[in-house]
Amino acid sequence: MNHYPIWKYLLILFAIVAGLVYALPNLYGESPAVQVLPLRSNLKADTVLLQRVEEALQSAQIQPEVMSLEATSIKVRFADTDSQLKAKDALHAALGDDYVVALNLLSRSPQWLTNLNALPMYLGLDLRGGVHFLMQVDMKAALDKAAESTSSDIRSTLREANIPYAGVTREVNAITTKFRDADARRKGEAELKQRFAGLDFVSSEVAGEFLLVANLKPQEKLRIQESAVQQNLVTLRNRVNELGVAEPVIQQQGVDRVVVQLPGVQDTARAKDILGRTATLEVRLVDDEHQIGAGGVAPFGTEIFKDRDGTALVVKKSVILTGERINDAQPGFDSRNNEAAVHINLDAVGARKFKEATRENVGKRMAIILFEKGRGEVVTAPVIREEIGGGRVQISGQMDTAESQNTALLLRAGALAAPMEIIEERTVGPSLGAENIERGFNSTKIGFIAIAVFMIVYYLMFGTISVLALGANLLLLVALLSMLQATLTLPGMAAIALTLGMAIDSNVLINERIREELRNGVPPQMAIHTGYENAFATILDSNITTLIAGIALFMFGSGPIKGFAVVLCLGILTSMFSAVLVSRALVNLFYGRKVRLNKVAIG
Amino acid sequence: MEFFKIKKDIPFMSYGKVTTSISLITFLLAVFFLATRGLNFGVDFTGGTVMEVHYSQSADLEKVRGKLSEIGLHDSVVQNFGSSKDVLIQVPLKQNTVGAKLSDNVLEALRVQDASVELRRVEFVGPQVGKDLVENGAMALLLVSLGIVGYLWIRFEWKFGLAAIIANLHDVVIILGFFAFFQWEFSLSVLAAVLAVLGYSVNESVVVFDRIRENFKKMRKTEVAEIIDNAITRTMSRTIITHGCTQMMVTSMLFLGGATLHYFALALTIGILFSIYSSVLVASPLLMIFGVSREDFIKPEKTEAEEVLP
Repeated sequence: MNHYPIWKYLLILFAIVAGLVYALPNLYGESPAVQVLPLRSNLKADTVLLQRVEEALQSAQIQPEVMSLEATSIKVRFADTDSQLKAKDALHAALGDDYVVALNLLSRSPQWLTNLNALPMYLGLDLRGGVHFLMQVDMKAALDKAAESTSSDIRSTLREANIPYAGVTREVNAITTKFRDADARRKGEAELKQRFAGLDFVSSEVAGEFLLVANLKPQEKLRIQESAVQQNLVTLRNRVNELGVAEPVIQQQGVDRVVVQLPGVQDTARAKDILGRTATLEVRLVDDEHQIGAGGVAPFGTEIFKDRDGTALVVKKSVILTGERINDAQPGFDSRNNEAAVHINLDAVGARKFKEATRENVGKRMAIILFEKGRGEVVTAPVIREEIGGGRVQISGQMDTAESQNTALLLRAGALAAPMEIIEERTVGPSLGAENIERGFNSTKIGFIAIAVFMIVYYLMFGTISVLALGANLLLLVALLSMLQATLTLPGMAAIALTLGMAIDSNVLINERIREELRNGVPPQMAIHTGYENAFATILDSNITTLIAGIALFMFGSGPIKGFAVVLCLGILTSMFSAVLVSRALVNLFYGRKVRLNKVAIG
Repeated sequence: MEFFKIKKDIPFMSYGKVTTSISLITFLLAVFFLATRGLNFGVDFTGGTVMEVHYSQSADLEKVRGKLSEIGLHDSVVQNFGSSKDVLIQVPLKQNTVGAKLSDNVLEALRVQDASVELRRVEFVGPQVGKDLVENGAMALLLVSLGIVGYLWIRFEWKFGLAAIIANLHDVVIILGFFAFFQWEFSLSVLAAVLAVLGYSVNESVVVFDRIRENFKKMRKTEVAEIIDNAITRTMSRTIITHGCTQMMVTSMLFLGGATLHYFALALTIGILFSIYSSVLVASPLLMIFGVSREDFIKPEKTEAEEVLP
């Protein structure tokens, strides 16, 4: 009656052994490490780089514990934080700016475990320390910007097609083009409709003027917003690379939000500075012909911006280029006079536009304007010496080396398509993270011991079996979390403790049922059998209701709640397995084989 | 060892009036405090900045307050946190004009005062986020309730689903009432605990309901009230032991888990205590009121019934 077929024992044994293997890496702990990542796509993490890293470490007399070459990076593990920091500086000096040298933690678990893909649990920021940002993309600004560039495109299209027009004005997202007569408008409309598929055109006549009003189509708006978020993601990735973080997370969340997680970052002010540089870059012409009007009013078609020294410049409103046309920007030196310079590489569209603009404006100045939170500042306003083709641009003059590096970084990190604002921050210092782990671990440990002592005293042999099943539950849960590499947070640790506290319910139910059967005079073997049978339906029902709560929490929870929900759901699954199958297998092994069983130790 | 050797069924259902009035009074009290005092929402929901800083020696809170006033943060709350060396600073959203930058400004100011200050934790929540969290929390609560009612409806009968969810929402309101009365901070993790209690305490009702169903099938001639009494009495031992075990774990978290887990564990403790009470003394009387009967489970078989009847 109380026998399992051999395959069931084997299945349980297999699960336990697999659990042991995958839970094992958590016992080894982590060591300080340095991770080297190539920044540019033409550089690869290969054996040559490994050689360089090795030599650099050797010449700095730093002894690494383990070095490993991975798909995209090289990881070097050290015995202590001191040599880790020394190695970081040594490697940075040896490899230069083309590589990110990031601090990281690496598991000390032996190679054979790593080969089995057995990794320690992935700790969340509240346990390992780091920064979490939630950033919101300003969609209104993205649309504004698109409408502005569309209106300037409309102008140039009409000009190219030689269609006379009296002016183009923009009000929020509606772009109005004025024509002198209906004929010009008809031609203009035909031309523009052909060029701008994303616009809806409506013509009207107001006060004898022939107007053509263009609006962004709804699907075009969606496309602009989507691509704004996408571009901001790319830009943020570049910026985070500059920060040198080992395992950053940069993800879209919802329609207009971006999550940035930077494990191990301690200098949050700098991180915020670089990320929060909600900068958009624009290249425009300086209008040196007009003076600033009385009371600081900008002449028609221009705006006034200040440069870093506070000098005001009159700049035309029309934009030659925006930051997204910049492929690359590097600090360097002017080959003629060895002055510090920034070398810029434009994409094809950018190169064409730049060529046109420079051809028509030799001798004039152009301004590179950095917009932060709606305020523009002129980074530099060099004079155009000649027509510049081929998309290779050099800015020099009045810069020192540090400044050229800074400007290059700003240009290279690219402009954001729309401004972003940090709307949520969670920073946890490394010492608090370690403390959180200890607290979570301790409370689970003490709780587990208390339950174990009580169960063994109260239910004797069956209590012992319940405790073993509970231990199996913990093992499987930890193994599952390690296998899935789900993020473990402090609420997640609380969920581990809570599921253990709840999982014992199944065993209590079973044990109480068995006692009841025995009290009714049922022989022990039969009592065990019916006890398990009868308890199962109840166990299933009560676990499913908790699972419903867990799934709802997962769906609607954010951050800490989600971490809690994941562990809760997984814990319910493992507890069903261990409380029913594992404990039954143990009972079967212990009592099932005895033919004449007169008494069982159930207290 | 055995704690519960109850020979006769305890007539819980005959206490119906007393228990219903007790739970009604606690429920109304909870609602009253929720209405008059309201919940003390944490920074997760209200928005604002919370910083935890650590000093190498005992911190002088007055000096910290003075420094914060100096940089224009007059309404900030400064208090010790855990030990005399740890300080918790809370700045409401309306004083914050610089968004996420605020924490850097504060830290910089405090560094000038005492270079040993170490940043332990920062939480900044903008106004947009708090609103979303409240909405999502409410959605989760609704979804859990509907899911549980739906499941119990399928598994038992609609009466059971309804009785269970009323009993459990009663628990939730009481937990919230406690948080309102003591003005404990209601944070995201407390919300998680509340929702977990919802799932957890339904277990309790489910176990009793399972027995009721079983009894309806076994004890054919017994009155409904006696059937319920028997079901409760026989699951009592399990109820107390299970909750005792869960509570051991939760108590361990309450005292050892640190500040973050403290209120989480507190919410669970209240939830566990009241779920024992409500599943027995709220859900079951409700079941009686809804008129649960044998026919809900057993389709009356005419021929057999005729044989049994005299």
